[in-house]
Amino acid sequence: MSEIAAYRAKEGGSMRSYTVGFIISIGLTIAAYLLVTQKILSGWGLVYAIIGLAVVQLFAQLFFFLHLGRGPNRKWNFVTLILMLIIVFIVVAGSLWIMHNLNYHMTPQQMNQYMRQQDGGI
Amino acid sequence: MNSFASLLGKLDIHALPHDKITQGGAASLVLGMVAVVVLLTYFKRWKWLYREWLTTVDPKKIGIMYIVVALLMLLRGGADALMMRAQQATSVGAAHGVLSSDTFQQVFSAHGTIMIFFVGMGLMFGLFNLIVPLQIGSRDVAFPVLNATSFWLYAAGMALVNLSLVVGEFSAAGWLAYPPLSELRYSPGVGVDYWIWSLQIAGIGSLMSGINFFVTIVKMRCKGMDLMKMPLFCWSVLTTSVMIMFAFPILTVTLTLLALDRTLGMHFFTAGAGGNAMMYVNLIWAWGHPEVYILVLPAFGVYSEIVATFSRKSLFGYKSMVGALAAIAILSFTVWLHHFFTMGAGADVNAFFGIMTMLIAVPTGVKIFNWLFTMYQGRIHFASPMIWFMGFVFLFTLGGVAGVMMAVPPIDFQVHNSLFLVAHFHTMIISGVIFGYLAGITYWFPKFFGFKLNERLGKYAAWCWIVGFILAFGPLYILGLMGATRRLDHYSAAMGWQQLFIVAGIGVLIIGLGVFFQLLQFGVSIWQRKARLDYAPDPWRGRTLEWATPSPVPVYNFAKLPEVSGRDAFWAMKQTKQAAADKDFMDIRLPKNTPAGLLVAGFAFAAGFGIIWHIWALLVIGGLGVLSSIIIRSTAERTEYTIPAKQVEQIETEARARESYA
Amino acid sequence: MEESAVVRPPSLKEERQEADSKTIFGFWVYIMTDCVLFASLFATYAVLHNNTVGGPGGKELFSLHYALTATLLLLTSSFTCGLAILAARARDKDKVLFWLGVTFLMGFGFLGLELHEFHSLAVSGNSWRRNGFLSAFFTLVGTHGLHITSGLIWMGTMMIRVAGSGLGRINVRRLTLLSLFWHFLDIVWIFIFTIVYLMGGAGV
Repeated sequence: MSEIAAYRAKEGGSMRSYTVGFIISIGLTIAAYLLVTQKILSGWGLVYAIIGLAVVQLFAQLFFFLHLGRGPNRKWNFVTLILMLIIVFIVVAGSLWIMHNLNYHMTPQQMNQYMRQQDGGI
Repeated sequence: MNSFASLLGKLDIHALPHDKITQGGAASLVLGMVAVVVLLTYFKRWKWLYREWLTTVDPKKIGIMYIVVALLMLLRGGADALMMRAQQATSVGAAHGVLSSDTFQQVFSAHGTIMIFFVGMGLMFGLFNLIVPLQIGSRDVAFPVLNATSFWLYAAGMALVNLSLVVGEFSAAGWLAYPPLSELRYSPGVGVDYWIWSLQIAGIGSLMSGINFFVTIVKMRCKGMDLMKMPLFCWSVLTTSVMIMFAFPILTVTLTLLALDRTLGMHFFTAGAGGNAMMYVNLIWAWGHPEVYILVLPAFGVYSEIVATFSRKSLFGYKSMVGALAAIAILSFTVWLHHFFTMGAGADVNAFFGIMTMLIAVPTGVKIFNWLFTMYQGRIHFASPMIWFMGFVFLFTLGGVAGVMMAVPPIDFQVHNSLFLVAHFHTMIISGVIFGYLAGITYWFPKFFGFKLNERLGKYAAWCWIVGFILAFGPLYILGLMGATRRLDHYSAAMGWQQLFIVAGIGVLIIGLGVFFQLLQFGVSIWQRKARLDYAPDPWRGRTLEWATPSPVPVYNFAKLPEVSGRDAFWAMKQTKQAAADKDFMDIRLPKNTPAGLLVAGFAFAAGFGIIWHIWALLVIGGLGVLSSIIIRSTAERTEYTIPAKQVEQIETEARARESYA
Repeated sequence: MEESAVVRPPSLKEERQEADSKTIFGFWVYIMTDCVLFASLFATYAVLHNNTVGGPGGKELFSLHYALTATLLLLTSSFTCGLAILAARARDKDKVLFWLGVTFLMGFGFLGLELHEFHSLAVSGNSWRRNGFLSAFFTLVGTHGLHITSGLIWMGTMMIRVAGSGLGRINVRRLTLLSLFWHFLDIVWIFIFTIVYLMGGAGV
């Protein structure tokens, strides 16, 4: 059994870790579901809330299921994760900005619609 | 198109080429392959081929295969270039040149696709394989079988492109196949499908290699080699691998979306049903811009090695060189919109990407200065690699300045898609990527073959390329500013462009002469190899670990894995007159050969051909074949073999003896 | 030749740990690249999700409680996969096979739910051929589904292998890789559930 304890200390992963992660994830999932179905929030507030919940669940699962921050490769795992997140942010945010901008400038008949969107709500 | 009824899908006799040029190309390709088969049979070399090359997992051999295939593809892409120049020099006014419009479009599409994917990437991965394990003091790459699979997937993609010359047609939609032209409605033939699937297959291989070399450098450096003590070429490979890892998935997705539109009737890019063709342009360039930096960064790495060696000085500004590589790697993901300034985005978006594009010139400039500072007060030996470098420094700087000009959106609006743009990117790719990799091949050739290439012919080749390039592309800068658009197969005599096109044509002929000198150089050097063979392990007085091995390199690279303490580790070894290991040898375990990579790629090729021609049975067989090969390979038990210490000692002793004899 | 230059060769155990660590790291890196792949598909979905050309959108087509069921199923399978790995560390072959089996069934169930949803969309005139929104939907969710399918095939082969040759070093390492893959797929699904189903269902 000491091999497992030693492993747990080195690599992470234990019954407790998986169970806590599981319960947190269920909670976050149901919370997001209820926010939508019970119409507790709407518009951009809802979007930020459920994306926020998703990001929290991402970190919960990264830590409790994928044991990020533990194990022999933890430094390089973290470095590659950060690099990936930076690139993903740039490419996704950049693409959304570009495509929205193109739509705005390329569809004059919808320009009124976009201008209304910019000014308030969805 | 009742393609589902027939087992052969869309394939029929009409798939064979109809016009003279394509028939000529197809015939030479087929004859070439027949010649190879005949030679192999006559000299009874099939078993040797299978044992030594088709199933190898030795990165040194895989590197050589990449380079051989890439150089062959250079000939094909060059032939396309000659045809284009011939067309544009003669197709004026009443004359319509040597090619039909449709053929011309396939020629320039094939030219770009082949040069970028199969010449550039091939030479690059070739040098990765040959040099990285040696420079980091390792025996192998992190995942040898994955590495072999990467090469064979590259070869499968190359085979599909070349097959399109014989069966079917190639894409006529440019090297990036923008929709709506590349959609089924405007390209109903198989050309675009050949383009999609050959790139998809080769692209998976590239992605796997990016991962492989990233892990290799992170995890397999020899003792004492901290990251900041690595040769700069390895830093360039590391940063390039990061770019490959994160850019190629975007290509995979984009090609898939286009394929889904064409094959399953989806609507990603078809405007009529809610698609957005501009999204394709956005995604393909989000990959495409990092791709061109992927191609050039290792070439910069090669130049760093060459300049230091041939100036007899350690590289100036190592830290800033590393910083520049890292900065370029990240920044390369932030500039992609400059490829479509004119697509209709607003001034704010264009301005942001314009500024980022100008920014990325800064780290590149840092590198240029550092190379020059390395040369300053060095003892310079103008061997042919240095001539390639001098050509690069001069031409790349000029072409780069043209790039900074185009980073300004109002200027780009004038010259976008003109020959000015074409001249700029050819300057970058030819003087940066091609000169760099050709210089690298010359520089490292003696390490793997035991003899140098003929220097005189090498210098002639370099000069022909430099002078030829200036004549071929100088006029294109002028033509672009005069209003000449790219990809024109005919223009009116009133434009006054013909003379410049003729000069450009002469330039390409001179480049062709350079290529001829290179072929001659290989031929003569190999013909004379017994006389030239000197087995010198360190013919150029190098500074890095690859020169610490015998030439040619034994299969295990180092009898004893080195331990280093600083940069330019081999130079340090030479200064302290560190004796070569001559006792305490150990058994060395290496991975066994396997046909796994060849099989996976072969089945992938079959699946690709199946999708292209709608031969669904072939697609299923190919797909199942890939899956089975992977699963069967995973059951392999004894995947390594041992070279006993005694044999290692014997190999080392013989190598030393050879060197002293020479 | 100086005595200090003699290097103690790494022990077999150290070599094997190094090799395992290298392989697991390599797989992690592959997963990072797969994240970029999914990110590109998400970006495409985001751009095209309103392009219904007058047809029904997410609000009309998605059943949120159906998606929640699928989500909880996959999440639970991710948990049971973790339990399988714990059993593998403890070298308990029967437990490994049990938990892998449970994970497999739940994953298979998830896939079934998804295919059923695809089928009902397709037969109701909302196939991927209808408009940009549906093309993007089927491709994003379908790509995830293909990954799940690959994971199930892998899981099946691993169960056969563990049953046959036990929990040696190589099998445990491969199970580790499989669990990385399976957890990753659940993480991607969090975002599909949120961005496609929840936001779609809310009419955002």
